[in-house]
Order: sequence, then structure tokens, then C-alpha cells
Amino acid sequence: MNTSILLLILALIGIASYLAGTRRAVALAGGRSSDMHSRPGYYGSYVLIWALLPAALVLALWLAISPLLVNSAVRSEFPEEVRAQPQASQSLAYGMVSTIARGLQVLTPEEREQVTAGTADVRPLLASRGVAIAGDPEPYMMEAAQTLNGLSATSRFGMIATVLAVAIGGLLLAYRRIAPRFRARNQVEKVILGALVVASSIAILTTVGIVFSMLSEAIQFFTMVPASEFFFGTVWDPRFAAAGAADSAGQFGLIPLLAGTLYIGAVAMAVAVPVGLFSAIYMAEYASPRFRSVAKPLLEVLAGIPTIVYGFFALTTVGPFLRDISAQINELATGNYQNFIQAQSVITAGFVMGIMLIPYVSSLSDDIITAVPRALRDGSLGLGATKSETIKRVVLPAALPGIVGAILMTASRAIGETMIVVLAAGVAARMQFDPFEPMTTVTVKIVSQLTGDLEFTSPQTLVAFALGITLFTITLCLNIYALYIVRKYREQYE
Amino acid sequence: MNMMSEAAVEKALEQKMSDVSHKMIGKDVSVYYGEKRALFDVNLNVRENTVTALIGPSGCGKSTFLRCLNRMNDTIENCRVTGKITLDTDDIYDKEIDVVELRARVGMVFQKPNPFPKSIYENIAYGPRIHGLARNKADMDQVVEASLQRAGLWSEVKDRLHESGTGLSGGQQQRLCIARAVAVSPEVILMDEPCSALDPIATAKVEELIHELRANYTIVIVTHSMQQAARVSQRTAMFHLGQLVEENDTDKMFTNPDDQRTQDYIMGRFG
Repeated sequence: MNTSILLLILALIGIASYLAGTRRAVALAGGRSSDMHSRPGYYGSYVLIWALLPAALVLALWLAISPLLVNSAVRSEFPEEVRAQPQASQSLAYGMVSTIARGLQVLTPEEREQVTAGTADVRPLLASRGVAIAGDPEPYMMEAAQTLNGLSATSRFGMIATVLAVAIGGLLLAYRRIAPRFRARNQVEKVILGALVVASSIAILTTVGIVFSMLSEAIQFFTMVPASEFFFGTVWDPRFAAAGAADSAGQFGLIPLLAGTLYIGAVAMAVAVPVGLFSAIYMAEYASPRFRSVAKPLLEVLAGIPTIVYGFFALTTVGPFLRDISAQINELATGNYQNFIQAQSVITAGFVMGIMLIPYVSSLSDDIITAVPRALRDGSLGLGATKSETIKRVVLPAALPGIVGAILMTASRAIGETMIVVLAAGVAARMQFDPFEPMTTVTVKIVSQLTGDLEFTSPQTLVAFALGITLFTITLCLNIYALYIVRKYREQYE
Repeated sequence: MNMMSEAAVEKALEQKMSDVSHKMIGKDVSVYYGEKRALFDVNLNVRENTVTALIGPSGCGKSTFLRCLNRMNDTIENCRVTGKITLDTDDIYDKEIDVVELRARVGMVFQKPNPFPKSIYENIAYGPRIHGLARNKADMDQVVEASLQRAGLWSEVKDRLHESGTGLSGGQQQRLCIARAVAVSPEVILMDEPCSALDPIATAKVEELIHELRANYTIVIVTHSMQQAARVSQRTAMFHLGQLVEENDTDKMFTNPDDQRTQDYIMGRFG
């Protein structure tokens, strides 16, 4: 009996418990369901929850813990000389043992006997059944494999027995609790509340987990490279030389990357904010409902395009176009056909990223502008203001804090963007202020530091975590500030 | 005169009021919201320097008619107005008429106080500023003070002109909105249930204010409160199901109406 059959049985128990609970509730009420505290379905659900929830928890725990216990039990039977070996080769041996154990189950009983007696060659036999072993097994491995199989079988039997016992026990316990004044509905509601709490805490806990995983690696990085060199260094040159060598430490200056991030982000915002805001104003105030119902989803489709596609657009269209046009302008001006905009440049990346960000700005601002009460517009129009005066002097000032919030949230997206920059602005970490030259960002460098064969002991790779946590902090601060502003704005009307 | 029905002309002659001048004249006004017709050929005239109250049960079209008088219905999608409305001699639905200019002449105060989220000063200065009614700061200060004086709000807010208008109490906010309407020197002020969101004391203040404003402005007020109509208006028009049932002097309307439906409504038998 394997786990899926067990799950099937549990499902059947669940159905049975629901029906039993409902029946009993109906029977107790004796046709006058108003005498019962809750509707019969709630009693059914209550019994169902008691039958399945504890059993499912036990099952999950057992599945998580028992392999660990079996593992350590089998390893403790390994001979002395194997246990003296380093952890890695022990794990290798255990891997082989578990493969053999799996193989033994595929064999027929006669074959298994031959194998355990040592009369048949294990490796080709198992290979013919589709189980490949890395090398010839040593004798102790055969024994260990058998132990492993034995322990697994015991564990599985114990698991099935325990889970079924818990399920039926829960069922009976809950079944007996059903009484006319028993508040089944409140109990079921509590379980639903619990499920909702668990679901929302998963997201929060994941965030915390991400922060801590980055934090530990980042701290390790800062033990190798002083924080001041990282945060205030103006040269980015990590040098992929042999790790550990004293002269190959490299320089990990954050400033050029941060400058690139902010510069490209600023260009992107300079494109996205006016265009997005104007389109939001048009959508919210002027567009007819029919046009709006077509144009708004279309605009939001832009937000759904993967950023790598924008990267292509930048690489194959915008970049060459800017390069060629700059060459022609230069020829007209100086007679020298020489481009002054590189194909990969800050302006290319910023422009394309700005286009990517338009739907974020416009969609968020649109919602905020539409949320400005109609009464304010009427008040202004009633005083003889034109539509544009109303928008300029009443609607936008009222919506301004919300719009600023939207822009800050968009900015944090710009800062986190990677693919467009890789393709459109290049990977050269440089400190310069010419928008027509390539530059790079923090995110791009994180990717390049973490590509290829990795060893999480050298500063060359660990720096990625320090960069990551810096970026995380910046965007977190931006988002918190944005939320603060948006919340403040909400207080005005409610 | 020829705009009025014969019965109304007789009444007017009877009461020796043939010398009244009509500020606004509505002739065969019908309003459609998409397919739905909300007003049916309403003929209603608004007398100068008079408070005209529009009463009737909810959904009877009184607010719709009010909003026709400064074309606020234009801001509603699918809304169509037929018939003719004149302000003095100008047809306000004429293509030549600038809606913006019309609304400067026919101001409006809404049901819910809707001060802009700006300072009290800026709320009042808003209208004069967009219409260029003040040449300099001193001028504007004077307009703001005069408007607040007129709305009876000056003494209450003169020390906090630069605090937010939304921080005032409901009644003060509504008087601020009236002051804001007054600031652009309109000829007619439309009020759409101006006291429905206010407590009795604030209501009394606004009613008193309406009384005083009558000297300088023509006022049309929509109200659900019969007592309020009786207290503040000289003329009353009763609407029912999109039709004008009766228009008469307020005194007569509340003591001896011509139409049975008016009688029933005033007595509280329906509505």
C-alpha cells in the first residue's frame, strides 16, 4: 500500500465522516432543524475536519521525518572505516545504498536470493531492470540496503496504521460531540479563519526567509571585504581569478553600479511618468466608455509582455536606430559620419524601460484619478471652470499624493529591472554621465556574478548577495514610503 | 408672459403681479437618460430675486430640471435635453453659448458639501481666479472677504483662512460652498438639497443665508423638506413622475393648492 492509496482511503473517510455528521445532526434534530445550533452541513464539516486535519498533519510530519530517521539508522550500521570518511563520501555511499535498495524491490524473489547470497552479479542484473548503480557495490552496502528496505517497510506500515487510527479516532471523537446545542458553525468558521491566516503568513514568512538567506551570505561577504570598500568604492572590478589568492581579491565598489541603476531608472521615469500620466488623464477624464473599454486592457497588455522581449526590441530596433540617427545628425552638423550614441547606451535602456513602465504609471494613476469624488469635479464645473482647469486645479492636486505613490512604486520596478539593461545598456560597470554611453546596473551584476560554476566561498560570488540586499533595502524603502503616502491620501476623503 | 399657460396668466393677473420679470424661462423641457425619459415637457419660469423651491417625491425630476438650468447634465453620459431654456434673453442650449460662461452666471451648490481639498481662502479664490475677476492680491483678498461676509462665515473663519476647507464642520462647509458660488458673482444660484446633510442648527443658518441672498440673487432650491420650502421660498413648483404638477405662490401652495396631487403630497399621503 503506497501513499496515494492511503490518500484515497483518507478521502473516503472524509466523505463518510461528512455524511455521518450530517445524518446524525438531522437525526438528533428529529426533523426540527431549528432546535440545532447550526445547519446540518456544519456538523458534517466539523466531523470531516476532525477526521482529516489531524490525520493529514500526522501524515505530513511522518513523511518529512521518517526518511531522516531511516537515513541515520542505516548510516550507523556502516562499517567503521566508512564512517571515518568525510561527510561527502558518506552521502555518496548512502546514495548508492538507497539505489540498491530500490533495485532489490524490482527483482523477483529468486533473483533477490541469489543476489543476497552473492551468487549473482548485482550490477548488470539491476542495470537490465533499468536501475543503474555508479560502481560495484561493496558487501556492507548489500546489507545496508536490506536494512533500509526493512526499515522503510516498517515505517510505512507504522505510518498507515497511525494515520488511519488518527483519522478514525478524530471521526469518532467529533461524531460523539454532536449535540443540539453544540456550536459546530463557530468551530468550522474558526478552522476557515485558521486556513486564511496560514495562507497569508506563508507570503510573509517567505519574505522573511528570503531576507535571512541573503543576509547570512551578505554578512559572510562583509567579513572578507570591508563594508566601507563596498558601499563607498568607486571601482567595480571583481576579477574572476583563482579564488582565495591574495592578489585576486578584486575591487567591489557599489557606487558605479548604483549610479548606473539610478541613471537608467531616471531616464526610464522621465519617459514613463509624463506619457503614463497623460494617458491616465485621458483615460479617466476624456475617453468615452467605449474607447476606454478597449484601450485600457490594451495598455495593460503592455505590462504583461516579458521584459526580455523589450530587451530584444531595444537590442535590434531602438539601439541601432539611435546609433544610426546619431551618425546622420553628426554628419549634417560636422560632416563626419560618426555615431555619438552607442547601440548599447543608457538612453536606449532607459527609453525602452520607460515604455515598459508606462502601463504601470497609467494604470495606477488612472485608478487614483477615478477615485477623486465626483462631487469635487461637479463643484469646480459648477463654478464655470473648464474641464482642463478642473483637472489641473482640483482633480490632480487631490490625486497628487496617490500619483506620487504610484510613481514611487514604479520607480522600484525600474530599479529592479534586469533583462532590458543587459541587452540595451551592456555590462560595463563605469562611472560616467554621458547618456549615450553604456553603463550597467546592480541587477545585471548580480546575474553575472552568479552565472557559471559557483563556489559560495569567494567574495566574487558572495558579493551578489550584498548587492541583492542593498537593492532589496532600496526598493523596500521606496515601497514603504509610497504606501505611506498613498495611505495619507486616503485619509482625506474617508 | 406668453410662455406661461393661460391658467397661470390668469393667476398672475389676479394677484396683480403682471410686473414680475422672469430671470429664466423653461419651455417644453424634456430630459432623457439614454432611453429613459426623466422629464416630460416642463414649462417653468424662474422669477428674478425670488426663491423658487422645487418639491416632489424622490425621482420626480426636480434635481434633473435644476441641473438643466446650468447645463450640469452635460457632464452625465447619455443625457439629452430637448426644449428651450433662456437666461434673460439667451437660449442656454444654443450652440453659440459658452457653457463655462453660463455656469459662471448660474452658480450651483450641491447636496453634499464639496469643498476642494485646499485652504478656505483658495476655495473662495478658485472661481474668481479662473475667471480673472481679481486684478491683484488686494483685490482677491477683498473678494474673498466679501464672499465670506455674504455667506455669514467671515467671523467664524477669518482667523484661519489658510487652513483646509475640509476641516470645517458640515454646516460651515456648506456655507463655504455657497460663498464659493457667490464669489464669481452669479446672477442665479441653484441649490440641490443644500441642507440634507446638515443638522437642524446648521440648516437654520443656511436658510437664513438663503433669505438674505435673495436680495441680490435669483435662487432655485430643490428640497425634500416641505417646511423648508415653506420657510425660504416665495414660489414653489411641485414635480411628480417627471411632470410639473403645479407652480404657484408658496403661501397658496401650502394652504390651498390647485392640484389634488400637490395636496396629497403636502399632507404626506404619498412620496
